[in-house]
Amino acid sequence: MTDMTDLSYVRTTEAEAKPAPVSTTGFIGWMRRNLFSSIPNTILTLIGIWLAYSIFAPLINFAFVHAVWTGDNRDACLAQNVGREVGACWPYVEAYFPQFIYGRYPVEERYRVDIVYLLFALLIVPMLIPSVPAKRLNGLLLLVAFPIVAFFLLVGGVFGLPVVETSQWGGLLVTLVIAVTGITASLPIGILLALGRRSDMPIVRLLSIIFIEFWRGVPLITVLFMASVMLPLFLPEGVTFDKLMRVLIGVTLFSSAYMAEVVRGGLQAIPKGQYEGAQALGLRFWQMMRLIILPQALKLVIPGIVGTFIGLFKDTTLVLIVGMFDLLGQVQSSFTDPTWASPSQSHTGYLFAAAIFWVFCFGMSRYSLFMEKKLHTGHKR
Amino acid sequence: MAVQEQDLVGKPPRASLVNDPKVRGLFYQVVLVAAVVFLGWEIVHNTIVNLEKRNISSGFDFLSITAGFGIIQSVIDYSETASYGRALMVGVYNTIIVAFVGIILATIIGFIVGVARLSNNWVISKLAYCYIEIVRNIPLLLQIFFWYFAALRAVPDAREEPLSLFGVVFLNIGGLWAPKPIFESGSSIVVAALIAGIVIAFIVKRWAHKRQMATGEQFPVFWTAFGLIIGLPVIAYLVTGMPISLEHPEFVNEGPILRRGFQIGIGTNVIPEFIALLLALSVYTASFIAEIVRAGIQAVSHGQTEAAHALGIRHGPTLRLVIIPQAMRVIIPPLTSQYLNLTKNSSLAVAIAYPDLVSVGGTVLNQTGQAIEVIGIWMLVYLSLSLATSAFMNWYNQRMALVER
Amino acid sequence: MKTKILPILLGAAMGVAATTGANAAKLDDVKAKGFVQCGVSQGLPGFSNPDSDGNWSGIDVDYCRALAAAIFDDPQAVKFTPLSAKERFTALQSGEVDVLSRNTTWTATRDTGLGLNFAGVNYYDGQGFMVRKSLGVTSALELSGARVCTNTGTTTELNVADYFRANNMPYEIVAFEKADEVVQAYDAKRCDVYTTDASGLYAQRLKLTNPGEHMVLPEIISKEPLGPVVQQGDDQWFNIAKWTLFAMVNAEELGVTSANVEEMKGSDNPSIKRLLGTEGAYGEDMGLSNDWVVRIVKHVGNYGETFDRNVGPDTPLGISRGLNALWSNGGIQYAPPVR
Repeated sequence: MTDMTDLSYVRTTEAEAKPAPVSTTGFIGWMRRNLFSSIPNTILTLIGIWLAYSIFAPLINFAFVHAVWTGDNRDACLAQNVGREVGACWPYVEAYFPQFIYGRYPVEERYRVDIVYLLFALLIVPMLIPSVPAKRLNGLLLLVAFPIVAFFLLVGGVFGLPVVETSQWGGLLVTLVIAVTGITASLPIGILLALGRRSDMPIVRLLSIIFIEFWRGVPLITVLFMASVMLPLFLPEGVTFDKLMRVLIGVTLFSSAYMAEVVRGGLQAIPKGQYEGAQALGLRFWQMMRLIILPQALKLVIPGIVGTFIGLFKDTTLVLIVGMFDLLGQVQSSFTDPTWASPSQSHTGYLFAAAIFWVFCFGMSRYSLFMEKKLHTGHKR
Repeated sequence: MAVQEQDLVGKPPRASLVNDPKVRGLFYQVVLVAAVVFLGWEIVHNTIVNLEKRNISSGFDFLSITAGFGIIQSVIDYSETASYGRALMVGVYNTIIVAFVGIILATIIGFIVGVARLSNNWVISKLAYCYIEIVRNIPLLLQIFFWYFAALRAVPDAREEPLSLFGVVFLNIGGLWAPKPIFESGSSIVVAALIAGIVIAFIVKRWAHKRQMATGEQFPVFWTAFGLIIGLPVIAYLVTGMPISLEHPEFVNEGPILRRGFQIGIGTNVIPEFIALLLALSVYTASFIAEIVRAGIQAVSHGQTEAAHALGIRHGPTLRLVIIPQAMRVIIPPLTSQYLNLTKNSSLAVAIAYPDLVSVGGTVLNQTGQAIEVIGIWMLVYLSLSLATSAFMNWYNQRMALVER
Repeated sequence: MKTKILPILLGAAMGVAATTGANAAKLDDVKAKGFVQCGVSQGLPGFSNPDSDGNWSGIDVDYCRALAAAIFDDPQAVKFTPLSAKERFTALQSGEVDVLSRNTTWTATRDTGLGLNFAGVNYYDGQGFMVRKSLGVTSALELSGARVCTNTGTTTELNVADYFRANNMPYEIVAFEKADEVVQAYDAKRCDVYTTDASGLYAQRLKLTNPGEHMVLPEIISKEPLGPVVQQGDDQWFNIAKWTLFAMVNAEELGVTSANVEEMKGSDNPSIKRLLGTEGAYGEDMGLSNDWVVRIVKHVGNYGETFDRNVGPDTPLGISRGLNALWSNGGIQYAPPVR
């Protein structure tokens, strides 16, 4: 090496790095790497673009480009009056919006629903943000105090509030009532069932298994039919349930079986040492569960619970088959109004319902993903 | 806490029966059984009293009464003069058909989308992502309505020129029209040849596998099987004098308007209710399956792919021979529950007039008023279907499970 | 562990469950709770249909209001429960509703096998067919080879099977759970024919994209007497249900309308006197007040008025009286006399 140092043509400073070729950096490079790296890949890309175009272009055309935005009745949304292709008929949704949200809840009483929505939002938001303190109080308020307050606010009959029959409820209100009540009521039942399924007592275990597998084996729609048609026959003479109440019972039984399986997953993930440690401290069964096992297990299954909730939220649409008016049912029943009857009315209604459901479910699934990531940091084993 | 410590310290280990876990367990169980029996008795008692008081007939006698209503799709012989029991059987078969085809279709779409989700191609993976996130966050019932009502309006009317696929399969608002194979005498030989072909191909495959294990020599199993399964029946078909003919759907363009269009009963007709339900079910379930497949593939450590590549195995065979078999172990259990969901969700057929068990049963319920019996039949059938699917998938899972040498 | 569920459930049950008492005294129950619980359809224009504010109207709804008027002198003392075709009988049997006024066809099975009593007929209907005018069909007998849309769980499904078989015509039936879906499918041309009760056809035609392109065929293929239903086993309540309907028909026959009912009270016609309770004690025999018919007619009107208001020629449905005209006008609406 040393005898070469005096060669004058060897440069003494390092050459400055040239910028990478345009074709490998920036947007173009990214495209080359990800979209057009080989011939099959290019073909795939082109097919993908064509697919995306043929799916989203008509949708965007229908929802925005060709949509009608203002009007008072069906005339505004008829092609012969507009003089062009007509997409979504948004004024119809605008006119029916209150019904989609409140159902046939009396107009002058709708503030009560608003209060319930507001209370729910005020309680659920801090509950969902992990950094907000006082989770225990918050949870108690949400799971115990809120249902009672909401029940009396919505049903009425106390403090001079006029009674509003549940047959007048509808739209998003019914969807949320069924989904939230179903999940809140099924959580404790599900925990009991999950503990029962892991119990040492054979009969308790057997009955829990039968209960869980039965409800998981039948479709929700048959459960709803059972609740609406058969339940009245099971009750003693003269005792009748409100129709919404019957549906709620059916939904709760159904989702508690799913909840039990979710919770069981969490219980199984707790190492045996935790049980043994708790027992070594002399804790009784319920103390051990309440103080050691369940707090850990439930934390683990939050994504699972959210998943069950999303499923239940979507499944509430089935109540329209047994003649209740949830959001989708309310949308469907509005199709019978001749004031707004137009060829695009039903598509608009379905699109609106789909958008609402999608926003709720997508939001929840994102949240569940976020929680999953957050929980994983501490629990990777 | 303090009280409890005292308890523990102050009392001898076998103090009282109350604290004996065995006795307590027994006590709880007795209480539970008593409660369940009491509740069950109460329900049965109330029901009997209610039925008697209201003069509602009960029992399963109604199953042999003439049904009197028509059903649009039936794989077994059915007419209006058949019994309610027969009508319910038609419903059961229709449920099984849509669930079975739906499971296959959903699996195919789900695997494609799941793999596409992991593709290096940005467009493809984002497209798969959009598909999954849009479809699985919209209620299935809404999707069924979409496929049925939106798609119905998009295809030609019953009496207009239908959409045609190679001039053999047609699509219009009456559904899909395809040729129907007519089996004449001698066709049983062709069917037998087909079965023989499949059986022999299977044996060859096992033999080839064994030989490869023993000697390392490969055998062209695929082409042999192909020849056996396709070739044998074709030879039999030609030898027996072509006993199977195709009955093409007949499109009439003149005469009374109501008689125009495809003729009922000629060719195979797949009703649009079936198509819509099938599409909705499989597209919806596929979005869940895709996520399961993605998670399953990601669960296989990346070292496996690298090792396979290092051995010089190309991308396709790597996926097929190395990744998927390992991923399957993770995939199968959640896949089973998706299959069960699909089967149960097929009950939403009732919303769009596909005559499945719930739909037909609903009609029977209305005509006879025997709610308990009909709902009981529903639940029993779905429970059996669920158990059968679980049993099959458990068996498959065991086959696929890791066999340690 | 599961024992804990039961008290919770039962507790909840007691909290919301309404006790409707024993069979024998429905009238006392109704009086005690202060309103009539009436089972209606989920929305059939002209018969029972809610508007966007949730106010119910229709001929079946008016019957319930008449019942409430007769008992409470207040047509608003009624609460409506929308019921699907499947639920309606169980709802009545279990006492969830006091009366079912939901375009329900009176048949032998329903009258005898389900523990129900039909209180009469408030609309004589029959099953008809609706087709597109463009098909060029003028008679139901030309419907050979047609695709037929209808609802499941009603008598229409059976009638159409009988009719096509009797006339040896091939057909295909597509049966939906809800009327809205039938209309949508028919509108999308899934079917050539839409069949249901003729009144229903007129009502549903309003929901089609272009009502003018469709026509109802002249043939009526079945008898569909629609009427209110009550539970068996309470004769007093059954009588009230029957005579509320008869009173409305009688009022029309005697020319008593909501406009002139007050002055009719001074009429010399003995039939009117008996009807309006200025003579005799017919109302008290049923457990009502003697001016029960006055209450009904004052608040709701006579049968003809409710017909004209809800389904008559001047409404969007535009149905003529036909069979539902009084017997004296060539129809078959005939009520036993109050005497």
